[in-house]
Amino acid sequence: MADNRADTRVSMRTPLSRVKGLGASGHGVEHWWIHRVTAVANIPLIISFVIIVAALAASPSYQDAIAIISHPLVAIILILAVLSVTNHMRLGMQIVIEDYVHHKGQKIAAVIANNFYAVIIGVACLYAILKVSLGRILA
Amino acid sequence: MAEAKVAPRPLSPHLQIYRWSWTMAMSVAHRLTGIALYGGIALFAIWLVALASGPSAFESVQWFFGSPLGYLILFAYTWILMHHMLGGVRHLVWDFGYGMEREQRINMARFTLIGSVALTLAIWVVAFIAF
Repeated sequence: MADNRADTRVSMRTPLSRVKGLGASGHGVEHWWIHRVTAVANIPLIISFVIIVAALAASPSYQDAIAIISHPLVAIILILAVLSVTNHMRLGMQIVIEDYVHHKGQKIAAVIANNFYAVIIGVACLYAILKVSLGRILA
Repeated sequence: MAEAKVAPRPLSPHLQIYRWSWTMAMSVAHRLTGIALYGGIALFAIWLVALASGPSAFESVQWFFGSPLGYLILFAYTWILMHHMLGGVRHLVWDFGYGMEREQRINMARFTLIGSVALTLAIWVVAFIAF
């Protein structure tokens, strides 16, 4: 049977696979890209975070801390920072694990633990920020 | 199938073989500061959860951060955060294809260290004066 392809040197990959451009792993450059996007987002968020922490350090009482954290602007900035930072650190630690942990089982366990840690930190921070700031309105 | 040959020499020497350079030191520092921040964010999570738990939990956590050890940790954390941030900016510059020349690389690596120390001191001085 004749080979009707225009170019017999083309790869075995399907047209859909080529259009998606996600490579053999099915993830493409997603990890690298989100690491960079969160890195860019972290810059203004961390600068704001440092200012917020300095303001908190200056007013160490419980009432003042509640007042600062429950301010909508502060709460929104902190929520954005938590989302961006926990994703960034999760991706960064996965690179470190993949570089240094060579045993396959240990590597998978470490990557899973890394994901759990990042999600626990993120949910704990978000829950606390929302409880403190939304509680103010209900009170 | 022929047996795989075992090379009679180290194929890829590890870190201790190489002469230390500014770029290598700052690359290692970037990774170490990233790992430190990864653990250190738990302190912020603990502080927030304590605040959400109520005055008594908050007072104990606040006592720790107000202690000399707490201040030391916060000061170190500030520098680590600033170093990782400037190191990250350096990586973003490289991602756009700039700063690859030898002099630029070394200068950016030096700036990462000098800039992070300067920023840390500036933050603490301003925080003490302004607040």
